[in-house]
This record gives sequence, C-alpha cells and structure tokens, in this order.
Amino acid sequence: MVNLNVNLCGLELDNPLIPASGCFGYGKEFAQWYDINMLGSFSFKGTTLEPRFGNPTPRIAECAEGMLNAVGLQNPGVEHVIAHELPEMKQYFHKPVVANISGFSLEEYVRCCELLDQEEQVGILEVNISCPNVHGGGMAFGTSAQSAAQVTAAVKKVTKRPVFIKLSPNVTNIVEIAKACEDAGADGLSLINTLLGMRIDLNRRKPILANKMGGFSGPAIFPVAVRMVYQVYDAVKIPLMGMGGVQTARDVIEMMLAGATAVQIGAANLTNPCVCKEIIEQLPIEMEKLGISSLKDIIGGAH
Amino acid sequence: MKQSIFEIVSHEQLTETVFRMVLQGDTSDITATGQFVNVRLEGKFLRRPISVCDWDDQTLTLVYKVVGLGTEQMSKMLPGEKLDILTGLGNGYNLEAGFHKPLLIGGGVGVPPLFALCKALVNKGVKPVAILGFNKKEEIFLKEDFEKLGVEVIIATADGSYGVKGFVTDAMKTVKGYDYFFSCGPEPMLKAVSFATECSGQLSFEERMACGFGACMGCSCKTKYGNKRICKDGPVLTKEEVIW
Repeated sequence: MVNLNVNLCGLELDNPLIPASGCFGYGKEFAQWYDINMLGSFSFKGTTLEPRFGNPTPRIAECAEGMLNAVGLQNPGVEHVIAHELPEMKQYFHKPVVANISGFSLEEYVRCCELLDQEEQVGILEVNISCPNVHGGGMAFGTSAQSAAQVTAAVKKVTKRPVFIKLSPNVTNIVEIAKACEDAGADGLSLINTLLGMRIDLNRRKPILANKMGGFSGPAIFPVAVRMVYQVYDAVKIPLMGMGGVQTARDVIEMMLAGATAVQIGAANLTNPCVCKEIIEQLPIEMEKLGISSLKDIIGGAH
Repeated sequence: MKQSIFEIVSHEQLTETVFRMVLQGDTSDITATGQFVNVRLEGKFLRRPISVCDWDDQTLTLVYKVVGLGTEQMSKMLPGEKLDILTGLGNGYNLEAGFHKPLLIGGGVGVPPLFALCKALVNKGVKPVAILGFNKKEEIFLKEDFEKLGVEVIIATADGSYGVKGFVTDAMKTVKGYDYFFSCGPEPMLKAVSFATECSGQLSFEERMACGFGACMGCSCKTKYGNKRICKDGPVLTKEEVIW
C-alpha cells in the first residue's frame, strides 16, 4: 500500500492532485465525467470583484504540445460566486476548495479575499497576480517584487485562511518575487501561470487571438515549470503548488521531486476530461515502480 | 457525454475539400440532432469539434471539411484506424418549437448537421424544404442524401453554376408558406438568414474552442439571455436571443 496524502498548510489532502483555476470551472462539468471528490481539491475559476465577460473571441489557439488562451478572466463576480456557484458546488464537491482571486487594484484583491474568507467551503485563497490576459492589472502585480509583496501583505490582513500567491513565469527573476511574497507573509506559492505567447494566421496575416496575445499552457511548458519550482523551492520555506504542463502520474512525481507539495493540472483537463482521475489511479502504480511508499517523502527530493 | 474509441468503417471524398467518415462505436450519448463530437488526432493537442451528420445505434457519420492541418491529417485516415472521440456535446436543435413547414438552410460545411435534423423531422411526419448553399457546382455535397429523404431540395450557388444564382437568402425568396427555420453555416450567412425572414428559427454557431464541454470559457458569446458557451449552451441558439 502506498500513501498519497499530503499536507498543505494544515489542510490534509487525500492526494496532491488539484485541477488548476480556469481549466475546471466550478467543477460541475467534470462531475458529469467522474466523481470529483477523489481529487485532493480543485481551484475554481478566477474570481474578480465585478462580473467580467472577458476578451472577444477567438480566445483559443493551438500550438505544438499546447495551446494559447486569452479568455480574460470571464466570471460572474464574487457576489454571484458566493450566492450561486458555491452553494451549487456543495452538492457535488465535499472537500475544502481553493478560491482563486484576481484583481485590478489592491482594494479589489482585498475585498474579494475578505468576502471569500467568510465561506466555509474555502480552504485556501490563491491570489492570482499573474494573469497575462487582462489589461491594467493581473500580471502587472506579479512582475515586480514590490507590488507582489504589497498585494500579499494587504490580503493577509483580511483573512485567516492560508494565502497562496500565484506567480507569473513572465519575469526575469521569479525567485526574487517568490521571496518577496514569503517575506510579506504568504503561506505558500502557486507556480507557474501561463507563458505569454502568440500565433499568427497565415491566411489573414493577423494574430489568431482577438486579444493578439494569450497564455501558453500544455505539456510544452512542463520543463519551464519544473525548473521554476526547483529554483523557488531552494529559495523559500513555504509550500509550493507546482503546475504547468502536467499531464501524467510521472509528471506529478517529477513536479514533487522539484519541490511541489501539491500539483495542479490545467490544460490537460480540457483535452481529456478524465485526466485527473486517470492520474490518481496511475500514481500508486508508478510509485511502486519507483519504490516510493509515501508521496510526502519525495517533496523536494531532487535537491 | 462520453469518451470512447471509434473505428473507421468507411471514408470517402465528396468534393475537393469535403469528406464523409463513417465510424463504428458507442453512440448512446448522442441525444439530439445538431450536437457535435470532439475528435482527438494523433500529435495534435486540442481536439477537433465536428458536427454530427448522422448516427444510429452503432455508427456515427461525420461529413467535414479540410480547413487546417488537423482536418487534413484526419482526411488521410483509413478504414480500420481508430479515433478517440467525445460524443454528445452541445444542446442540439429543439424539435418541439411548434412549426408545420420549416426551412432548413445550410451553407457549405454547415449543411451536414441539417441532414440528421431533416431525417428526424421526416420521421416526425414533418416535410421541411432544404436550401443548401455552395460557392459553385463542384462544391455541392449531400444533395442526393437529402433528396432520398423525400424532401424538396433547393440549391443555391454563388456563381450561378447550379440551381438558384446567389446566396441561400435568394433561394429563400422562392419558397412560400414556411413558418420556421433551422440554419447552420458561416456567421455572415446566419445573420443574413435571420434578417431575411419574419419567422422564428434556430441557428447553429461555430467558434474556436478548447474543451467542447463547457469548462474553458473559450467560446463564450453574449446573448439577450446572458452569456452563453457555444459548446455547452449552444451551438444552437434561437433567433430571438442572438445579438448580431
């Protein structure tokens, strides 16, 4: 018997698998494919203070081993999420959930965290300072150590729940930003968000995405994610949720060896709706092959 | 919704760019005409959404157009090869909308889903008129298939090389007494159709999407009844809710 349990800031997870924000909605669509209660947890769709429609379409473009998206944080706004999405979620998901929060100002991040802090279903607040698809906010907070620390300190004041800051890979030195968040009181870090990319339609000779640029995700970015998790693990003491192109049980193990306590799965959910279920079922088999009896023991094992 | 493996039974070229693929597999989750499937292709990250042209208990028929590298790769597949397909996606056409004589209006690769719809209507005892629009004579496909269902088929070609010269809206003027329409085709055509008649109707839209089952929000659109996802709340929208 192998042990898949991990502990994330006091939250006991049955396994380290957490579908990533924006790739899992509020879980409802996936509950039709399998019992999502088998997941460690999941991070629900990025939430802002006001409702957002997001960017014009096309919002999706394909790449070799991945995809671009420029959805632009479409969501019904935090009040609607609390009044409708969370109560509905209770019917099909019975574990603490990760609330993913975005904002365009410090005040907006703070207000969203304040409101979601009150919800008993929320186990962790994941503060996204790295969305590449919105203008005048989003990633802007995540590309300087100073503003990343500001957001962290501000939201920490209004919540007792563990705060994970979701970091952007679109920076020169992710370690510096990770440390700044830790110093400002972050309980953990999520990394990486998508890489900023573009595809051009050869016939129209214009970018495929209406937003021109979008976030690049999928297996192509996995080595970048592993590298950044490895570097950040060396520099901070707080736990990490590792993500970026993970799509197999072996990828999960690799990400944990790099330093992740929990592992998020993003784009893979969109091409294989049952991918998380398959990974959870495959993990014990791969662990036995590799002589791993408990996943907890391998966190940061490559260092 | 279901994910399963289908085997290609037959594969034929209908025009220079349009192919008919008949597959064998589990079709039990296909519940309405106008739904689509999402096809995984070897070496391609995203699946390819393709409308259902026809299905029965064991077979699925896809009539698709080569529009890029994915569909080009698909067009080279041979009988006996297998495909991983998500079935039962989208809302499909609503056959209980209250009509006596509907028009089916398809443009180009928008024609295939209207075939299953036409078959379902005929089985209900409704005799629709099918207007199928193409650029030119060489691009016409599925005409005989519709005719075999015993319905009147009117062809429109943009260059006048066959049937009514002009667009489907020109062909619409030649039909009297219809009280409803179902349409699928490029968005400019859907808009023109919508404004060419006082009748209510249903329109099937196309959009770039990632998942096909409502999770990624890649294919959102605004409607008079709020934001909708083309893949999950569509692809069929009513004329009344569409914001042009």
